[in-house]
Amino acid sequence: MSGTQGKTEPERPRFGRRDPDARGYFGEYGGRFVPETLVAPIEELTAGYLAARQDAAFCDELDGLLAHYVGRPTPVYETRRLVAAAGAPPGVRIFLKREDLTHTGAHKINNALGQALLARRMGKRRVVAETGAGQHGVATATACALLGLECVVYMGTEDMRRQALNVVRMRLLGATVQGVNAGSCTLKDAINEAMRDWVANVTDTYYLLGSALGPHPYPLMVREFQSVIGREARRQFLERTGGLPDVVVACVGGGSNAIGIFDGFIEDRGVRLIGVEAGGEKIVSGRHAARFAGGSTGVLQGTRTYVLQDEAGNIELTHSISAGLDYAAIGPEHAWLRETGRAEYVYATDAEALDGFKALARYEGIIPALESSHAISHAMRLASEMTEGTILVNLSGRGDKDVQSVTEALS
Amino acid sequence: MSRIAERFATLRRDGRAGLVTYITAGDPDLARTADILRALDRAGADVLEVGVPFSDPLADGPVIQRATERALAAGTTLTGVLDLLRGLRAEIQAPIVIFSYANPIMRMGPEVFADRAREAGVDGVLVLDLPLEEASDFRALLTSRGIDTILLLSPTTTDERLRKAGTLGSGFLYAISRLGVTGVRDTLADGAEEMVRRIRAASDLPVALGFGISKPEHVREVGRWADAVVVGSALVNVIAEAGASDDLPARVEEYVRWLKS
Repeated sequence: MSGTQGKTEPERPRFGRRDPDARGYFGEYGGRFVPETLVAPIEELTAGYLAARQDAAFCDELDGLLAHYVGRPTPVYETRRLVAAAGAPPGVRIFLKREDLTHTGAHKINNALGQALLARRMGKRRVVAETGAGQHGVATATACALLGLECVVYMGTEDMRRQALNVVRMRLLGATVQGVNAGSCTLKDAINEAMRDWVANVTDTYYLLGSALGPHPYPLMVREFQSVIGREARRQFLERTGGLPDVVVACVGGGSNAIGIFDGFIEDRGVRLIGVEAGGEKIVSGRHAARFAGGSTGVLQGTRTYVLQDEAGNIELTHSISAGLDYAAIGPEHAWLRETGRAEYVYATDAEALDGFKALARYEGIIPALESSHAISHAMRLASEMTEGTILVNLSGRGDKDVQSVTEALS
Repeated sequence: MSRIAERFATLRRDGRAGLVTYITAGDPDLARTADILRALDRAGADVLEVGVPFSDPLADGPVIQRATERALAAGTTLTGVLDLLRGLRAEIQAPIVIFSYANPIMRMGPEVFADRAREAGVDGVLVLDLPLEEASDFRALLTSRGIDTILLLSPTTTDERLRKAGTLGSGFLYAISRLGVTGVRDTLADGAEEMVRRIRAASDLPVALGFGISKPEHVREVGRWADAVVVGSALVNVIAEAGASDDLPARVEEYVRWLKS
């Protein structure tokens, strides 16, 4: 156990603890690469966010909703049969941070509610969002229904097909779902279209970006709204075991659930932080979404980070069995955490994720999202290589939405 | 004096507004891009903007998105565009401005790009998603090679940023007259004239106004208060309609002469 500390240590401040520089850079990653029309709205957003996070009434309203609407804190659960199924010795323990138990079924609601409250505070009546797996779209539609905001969600047509359940949910919640038929018809293309909408409607529209991506202040803001995961998990883990986990594992698409849980442990230098990217079929151009395994630095959708691109600087197509990890860029703070060595990044293939999915369902009675299944898969591999120690996995979402995809993949 | 500055000085002396034309390079392919650029030059376009196709053109509307897809499908790259321009430069009178997203240039390396752009005789560069705050190093690379940094201004640009752009930009300032992505519109944006007036109060650089221009009456109207008019999507539409037919250059030339009528 690393860095055992007592329960009585003071809570770390929630916001403003680890800001990027004034231009929005984490090291050499981040920044604001946007068309001129968006510069003023982004400055307005930055000022609006920095004011809101210092406003006690704003924080109180968010806390109240997280407790009574979302159902926080979500539990930390110690798996019982998964460890043995992974082939690990008895001294190895795997814990799950149960974000799958939030209202709407994934961590995305933490950020969607925070930003929707901000949109209302900034006087915006209309919200646009992108979605890949549909979890962010559902969370945004939910928050907009709750706060009485108009909601338009852009979603690639390929994702609408494979996450059909979430399309129905968004429409039931009163959102307009706009199919995007460009590029690979997935998350990246949905972000392009949401940004085009925002550029055209900046005066009354708020762009509610769902991951720790895009131009500053989004990577900061999304991380801070998701940091509740790590803050709770650290306290719960300490209470539960008297120490900190040896390893924290999370899947990484854009990287919001990962940065949310990592944030709670980042100053605990003895805790290993591992992000798991989507290895897809294999690490061959167009067949995966492992940016650190096959990418290089570039600029996509407002931020400088690791991207999958060809020699001419065009963004490559990606593939993952999970729509939420099927994206060509990674959040800029992850690029920086990797470069500084604070976090490590690995990948799990589609087949490995499916094995993780099946194992968690069969041995623990929990059906995980395909995204989270990548983290489960890696945790099982890690457990099998350890002699003792603790692993905390962020179970970022539940898998009801994936039942059809999994059935197709297994048939 | 740069070729762009010279052209605008001539326009001012002659008391007429210029026409800036945008095309997506490589649509339908690079060989025909050369024919199109020659045709534009013959027809009297004052500045030729050459768009570099990029996989994720998030500031562009459907017309230029489709052109971009055709250009990429034809295998167009930034390297190919610069090679084409290098071979073509001596034949073309008008100044040439490269219009690109940031990533193709970063992938090539900003310094390599600046060298190759100079070798190709490029007169100005506009990078759509490189706002002032991110542009200073790149601007220095261009300036030291005698290439103008063309900056884009929008209705949301504050007066303070207009002044900054007036100091950091060169050649001309490109004002977009409305919020939103590129595309053809039937009418000019309200407030376009007011926007040009705001820019004039902040800078002495010539102002070219674009976004939505498609007809001779737009050109005449804008020409009364701006130094130049930019036509993009409407021209790209003409190219798309002509497609692979042999009269593509003739139709482009005819369209530009009509716009200037």
